[in-house]
Amino acid sequence: MKEYKTITEIAGPLVVVSDVSGVAYNEIVEIMMPNGERRKGQVLDVSTNTAVVQVFGSTTGISTTQSTVRFLGETMRLGLTTDMLGRVFTGLGEPRDKGPRVIPKEKVDITGLPINPYSREMPNEFIQTGVSTIDGMNTLVRGQKLPIFSGAGLPHNQLTVQIARQAKVRGTGEKFAVVFAAIGITHEEASFFMRDFEKTGALESAVLFLNLADDPSVERIITPRLALTTAEYLAYEQGMHVLTLITDMTNYCEALREISSARQEVPGRRGYPGYMYTDLSTIYERAGRVRGSKGSVTQIPVLTMPGDDKTHPIADLTGYITEGQILLSRDLHRKNIYPPVDPLPSLSRLMNSGIGDKKTREDHKGVSDQLYAGYANGRDLRSLSAVVGEEALSATDRRFLRLADEFEKKFVQQGAYENRDIETTLDIAWDLLSILPEEELKRVKKEHIPKYMKKNGNGDS
Amino acid sequence: MAKEQGHIKRISGPVVEAYVPGARLYDVIKVGNEKLLGEIIKIVGDTSVVQVYEDTSGLRPGEPAETTGQPLSVELGPGILESIYDGIQRPLKVIEERAGGVFITRGIEAPALDRKKVWEFKAVVKKGDKVKVGDVIGTVQETDIIVHKIMSPYEGKIETISSGKYKIEDDVGSISYEGKKYPLKMYQRWFVRKSRPVIEKFPPTIPLITGQRIVDTFFPIAKGGTACIPGPFGSGKTVTQQSLAKYSDTQIVVYIGCGERGNEMTDVLKEFPHLVDPKTGKPLMMRTVLIANTSNMPVAAREASVYTGVTIAEYFRDMGYDVALMADSTSRWAEAMREIGGRLEEMPGEEGYPAYLARRLAEFYERAGRVRCLGTDERYGSVSIIGAVSPPGGDISEPVSQNTLRVTKVFLALDASLAYRRHFPAINWLKSYTLYSDALEEFYAENVSSDFTKMIKGAMGLLQKESELQEVVQLVGPDALPEKEQAVLMVTKMIREDFLQQNAYSDVDARCELKKQYQMLKTIMKFGERTNNALDLGVQLKRINELKVKGTIGRMKEIADMKEFDKLQKEIDVNFDDLLKMR
Repeated sequence: MKEYKTITEIAGPLVVVSDVSGVAYNEIVEIMMPNGERRKGQVLDVSTNTAVVQVFGSTTGISTTQSTVRFLGETMRLGLTTDMLGRVFTGLGEPRDKGPRVIPKEKVDITGLPINPYSREMPNEFIQTGVSTIDGMNTLVRGQKLPIFSGAGLPHNQLTVQIARQAKVRGTGEKFAVVFAAIGITHEEASFFMRDFEKTGALESAVLFLNLADDPSVERIITPRLALTTAEYLAYEQGMHVLTLITDMTNYCEALREISSARQEVPGRRGYPGYMYTDLSTIYERAGRVRGSKGSVTQIPVLTMPGDDKTHPIADLTGYITEGQILLSRDLHRKNIYPPVDPLPSLSRLMNSGIGDKKTREDHKGVSDQLYAGYANGRDLRSLSAVVGEEALSATDRRFLRLADEFEKKFVQQGAYENRDIETTLDIAWDLLSILPEEELKRVKKEHIPKYMKKNGNGDS
Repeated sequence: MAKEQGHIKRISGPVVEAYVPGARLYDVIKVGNEKLLGEIIKIVGDTSVVQVYEDTSGLRPGEPAETTGQPLSVELGPGILESIYDGIQRPLKVIEERAGGVFITRGIEAPALDRKKVWEFKAVVKKGDKVKVGDVIGTVQETDIIVHKIMSPYEGKIETISSGKYKIEDDVGSISYEGKKYPLKMYQRWFVRKSRPVIEKFPPTIPLITGQRIVDTFFPIAKGGTACIPGPFGSGKTVTQQSLAKYSDTQIVVYIGCGERGNEMTDVLKEFPHLVDPKTGKPLMMRTVLIANTSNMPVAAREASVYTGVTIAEYFRDMGYDVALMADSTSRWAEAMREIGGRLEEMPGEEGYPAYLARRLAEFYERAGRVRCLGTDERYGSVSIIGAVSPPGGDISEPVSQNTLRVTKVFLALDASLAYRRHFPAINWLKSYTLYSDALEEFYAENVSSDFTKMIKGAMGLLQKESELQEVVQLVGPDALPEKEQAVLMVTKMIREDFLQQNAYSDVDARCELKKQYQMLKTIMKFGERTNNALDLGVQLKRINELKVKGTIGRMKEIADMKEFDKLQKEIDVNFDDLLKMR
């Protein structure tokens, strides 16, 4: 192991060490402070005799004369074992609860390797979250990455825990685990998650990595990778089905920008680095099912869109990588509708592979498409009726208008502890569709109408 | 000759600086103890700047760096079809075997073409024949539906050649030129950044039939043409690309998944072997080459993947095939250029993209075209390029979209609001355009019907009119419009729902023949004409709206037998005649 006392420059989270030799790119570094404290870092750039080190934690107190840098000769690795279940770790993987250190079975590089596209299996097993807007219209499947696009002040945390609590694959008793990565969230939010996990007993089969708002921001680069390395281990080595929750990706991107600007890189849009797409993909793409393994990694990252702007680089680049998005709407939230999921801009790209006969129900696709089209039409008419008045609309149009209102009240709206199975969700949907005249139901199969629609007089008003 | 050993001097992400003796620009190089593949992209003094195709974690200065003396090239020969490659033509199936797992580990070398597989080679020239570069010397039945033509890479006189069973590296014969003898093999190599030569390029006159109504009827693409599909996420770029790949009437499809989702590539991989080619009844995979460099695979290989794909496409074109090349997405490719440019500390152009972005995009699309291939027999082939663009926030004023629009001739604008209302394909008919309609008019008149073009223009005019009327409707409501204008809205609704919308999941509707497209549009336009005529004679629009035949038109997508359309059009006449009688 090599030690150097040759720090020549300290700027933000970066430390330049000169006269080094044999240092590897991405190698882990330990910096010994004059007071005996140790900090970790990683090599970002190395040439024949100079290494640029990114320090995890603050660089306060590091001195060019009194600090020692030790190169550990290996890249960032995480020790893994199933004993991690039920434990809480810091954003760097140290135990945070009062439990003992875990004794790892194996150590794995946290950057992970790309999954060979040829070795992937198509995600097609329906996960029932018990939330109608997700199950019915934006179905989640095992191995999918489906982010929640939220905004400041919207109840994304409640929705996330509700999904974590209720998510299950129907008719199987397979091993299920939750890996939770908190990136830069507040103590208050973290304790909300912890309390809920403890209360429902989910903690026993969960691994938590917490990087809180007052923890060093550079750590935030590491935290999601620790979580995903753990998730991959549990899934592909231990055959478990892992649901990975990551909140909040916006804080991750802010940390990325901070480091990029400290490195004086050419900025891309809004000051975020040009490689942010690639960087985010190395997180989000670590979801899926693979050949030869029973397990799967399903990802639900949460991000808060600055200014509720879907075209902001963070949301935009995420949407280009993930397989859809669940978008929370401030309008619905103001109407006191929980969960305020706006189905129109929400999307699940893998929905069609996870629904239908034997998976959910044969009428699922038609019902979902019909609701989409009907609600979109109703919403358009809502703005039209605001101008011309409801009286000026045709009778059919007024039915569409009613569909939109009822849809929000009965289908979108549900309790935080209300766990609807898919049949209930679809039955509510049919109930809503009965508002429309039958000839407008072009998307559902004709034979499904008498089979599933209950004639309870809802349509005639 | 004792070779001087090169070594690494600096590592910064995917960019490595190294001292490499005998380095030439764009030569492929192996760096580090693990022999990671890279390409020299800049030389300053005795320092070569290398973009490395694999993750560089753990590399140290001082580790060896060694040039292969060859630019990045692909292997072209039997065995390409049905393969799935990464960005630098390493077969992913072999990588899985060699890595012994589902992850792509580093430093794996794998030949692009299977060295052990035995092919049945049929010679078509004989001893003593004089051949030119590009002449077919023999054929191999590569898959059930595609005959692979082996083309001579040399000019000269055939010395020996014989049919039989060969492995890819065996000599099938030999050729002499100016007294020197060269062996003939079934495969050749080609540098990916250099386009393959042709005798002549032709202007586009034949449409690429895609089976998608909105494309073939309203925004046709020519064989050998270029098209771009920009759209925000969730608007259906990939679904559109895949539909075009599945149903277009080309013999070969090269599909490049450039920086896109892993699960999407899996979808293609699992689906194509089950999809049946409408013409031959065999799996589509037998005429497909997939190149998958997903977003989390190394960025430098992503940059190369587009060139690898287009070179393979050109090779099949040279055999005289029509090839469709799908690149999904070119924005990711441009971002790879930007990322590498940033690491090289190049002076950035617009939005951080390198200043050579426009040139690179133009060069790439310029490799499309319908050509007369090299060789003495008259072979004609084409490469059509359809590139997806993913503009940030769906705003196409950004550099990649703008530079792409400047060089491509067809613009299929995807629209998220159409996708929300489940109008698929979500191509906006008012924003899209094609520059091929004039060039293809003659083909349509000869092969479909002489009034097709006129009808298309009529339908387009109605759709334009609809958007104007919609503005009025937004203010005063639909009932305030005169009946004639309400009738326009009725007909355009039929065009939108019964013609433009196409169900990719329906067996009958997923691919629509040109003749059927014509009949469908004709039916709607006929209905529109009769409506106009009836209104003039004083029939109320309400009555027309209630006609039974309207429902039948709504289900005409599912019609498989062309004779049904005659009946349908007669039914329209009968319905209207009845209406007029009742008046």
